[in-house]
Amino acid sequence: MKINKSSDHTSLNKNKMNYNVNEKGYYGAFGGAYIPEMLYPNVEELRLNYLKVMKEESFQEEFKDLLKEYVGRPTPLYFAKRFSSKYNAKIYLKREDLCHTGAHKINNTIGQILMAKRLKKTRIIAETGAGQHGVATATVCALMGLECIVYMGEIDIERQAPNVARMKMLGATVVPALSGSKTLKDATNEAIRDWINNPIDTHYIIGSVVGPHPYPDMVARFQSVISQEIKVQLQEKEGRTNPDYVVACVGGGSNAAGAYYEYLDSPDVGIIAVEAAGKGIYSGESAATSVLGKTGIIHGSKTLLMQTQDGQITEPYSISAGLDYPGVGPMHAHLYQSGRGEFLSITDDDAMKAGLELSQLEGIIPAIETSHALAIFKTRKFNPEDIVVVNLSGRGDKDLNTYIDYFKL
Amino acid sequence: MNRIDKKLSENKKLLSIYFTAGYPKINDTIPILESLEKNGVDMVEIGLPFSDPLADGPTIQDSSKQALKNGMTTELLFDQLKGIRDSVSIPLIIMGYFNPVLQYGVEAFCEKCNEIGIDGLILPDLPLAEYKEHYKSIFEKYGLVNVFLITPQTSEERIRQIDAASNAFIYMVSSATTTGVQQGFGSKQEQYFNRIGSLSLSNPQIVGFGISNAATFSQATAEAKGAIIGSAFIKMLAKDGIDGISNFINTIR
Ligand SMILES: Cc1ncc(COP(=O)(O)O)c(C=O)c1O
Repeated sequence: MKINKSSDHTSLNKNKMNYNVNEKGYYGAFGGAYIPEMLYPNVEELRLNYLKVMKEESFQEEFKDLLKEYVGRPTPLYFAKRFSSKYNAKIYLKREDLCHTGAHKINNTIGQILMAKRLKKTRIIAETGAGQHGVATATVCALMGLECIVYMGEIDIERQAPNVARMKMLGATVVPALSGSKTLKDATNEAIRDWINNPIDTHYIIGSVVGPHPYPDMVARFQSVISQEIKVQLQEKEGRTNPDYVVACVGGGSNAAGAYYEYLDSPDVGIIAVEAAGKGIYSGESAATSVLGKTGIIHGSKTLLMQTQDGQITEPYSISAGLDYPGVGPMHAHLYQSGRGEFLSITDDDAMKAGLELSQLEGIIPAIETSHALAIFKTRKFNPEDIVVVNLSGRGDKDLNTYIDYFKL
Repeated sequence: MNRIDKKLSENKKLLSIYFTAGYPKINDTIPILESLEKNGVDMVEIGLPFSDPLADGPTIQDSSKQALKNGMTTELLFDQLKGIRDSVSIPLIIMGYFNPVLQYGVEAFCEKCNEIGIDGLILPDLPLAEYKEHYKSIFEKYGLVNVFLITPQTSEERIRQIDAASNAFIYMVSSATTTGVQQGFGSKQEQYFNRIGSLSLSNPQIVGFGISNAATFSQATAEAKGAIIGSAFIKMLAKDGIDGISNFINTIR
């Protein structure tokens, strides 16, 4: 498959998208860079350089080559026949689970490691929740021979043990985050503190479309390869580039941003974002940020945020480590507030059942994060002719222990 | 002349103390402030605790967590501080992260500070550009000084912008670290202190991060107008409580 010229990064820069970032780093009322001065030089260096570097031909060549030869792109757009007939719609799965390392996360880490090299950074730090981003970062660091330190909440270290082992095997140092809820938010805090303490040689590879500008935009651009491919593949299969709906789970929102990117300004494409309701939206144990959040500041970004009335960030909960985050990327906050996106939330139980169902209908064991996106079909009905693309963000190997415990397998 | 400018015009090196409101005990705020004034401290940063203090090391992370566990809130802090000007006259600055201020409402927050007699704010994650565009006029309306940070990595160009936007003093972060990490100052810090000293900025500088005793206080203030002690003071409070304040301050200068 060839990606046509009109959809590469260079030409995207010129497009003015209503739902995309503006020059000041905002998506509507959300975004910006609310960072302490200690981080300013690093973030500013990145802001001044990221578009320029991404436009360089040598960068694009190396990026595309690695995505093809190393990651295994393009990933298939697979028509899920049995799943489709069960739910009475034409459901395609964008198989990001088939990327090297098993999730979409590596699209971003490939991009950022090339960026880090061009900025002459020699030390890489990252946060991780499910461990997928940590593994993807450790992988590209091994590939480039750079030092890699991954911060991971102590609770996530337990529930995603196989990924911890993978990171170690890849030569990364995994540092437990012991503060707060000991999950993704706290790992991110620790990574940011590391960056404050190492301002010269270090690049922070953020794993989602969160953090201060330009991170949300940069990560979305690296992930936009997902929707670039969907366009071409759908054209081949259905004779049209645009589906009726694109569905993705949202933790911070990077796989979703990548799947929506090319369609943000196409009103004929419905955007469906699926958040984790945990044990129920109002159970007090949830991560459904769009419903429970109010505008606030987390990790340098103004966005929807789960917090107390007093502005203290509250501890989220989800069975899925990758969705267990009290905020959401500013792009998604804007999609929600503007009404452009339809936001749904799915409980632990419904996600787990959907994961099992896809395994048995299609022979694909999805990550629990992805299972949330698959679970919407039980209640969200589509027309039989509707073409619905679900971004299958990752594979379920890392979650086997959770599946085993849950289903007593 | 406001209380901060008056203090800055005194012919001496200023000692400023940071503590987290609601720590170690919820009702310690007023006794700590009174004791600091009695023991000759020049200025105080009252820390409004936040759940996710990004720029802070373990000591202030822990004091913030404990303060929140004790039940400290923005409203409660304002309640405690009501009437503080009857007993305390040194400059008082509230230092915290931007989100709790945003939730309270920036204007409501500033109005309350004005009523109480707070002199200024330090909100490290409120960026210069945002401040100028959205909040400067509110701060000014309520007579609040806004204090910006600079670090060893801040470019001269940006230091000059920050100097131009400042109206009291500049908070000079001693080293590229979170709070409570730096131990003692070496030649790198001295070079930095001298470099900033030689810029002839229009606002005096007060050094923070890494000041814990008489030696670091005098190093930090060789060029700068004053210095702030935070983590070391909080560690002392954890050990000796309010009764330890007098002894601690006396060892600094
Ligand atoms: C497979 C998978 N999907 C989704 C996510 C959620 O992240 P994001 O919302 O940034 O795509 C993760 C995060 O770890 C993941 O591993």
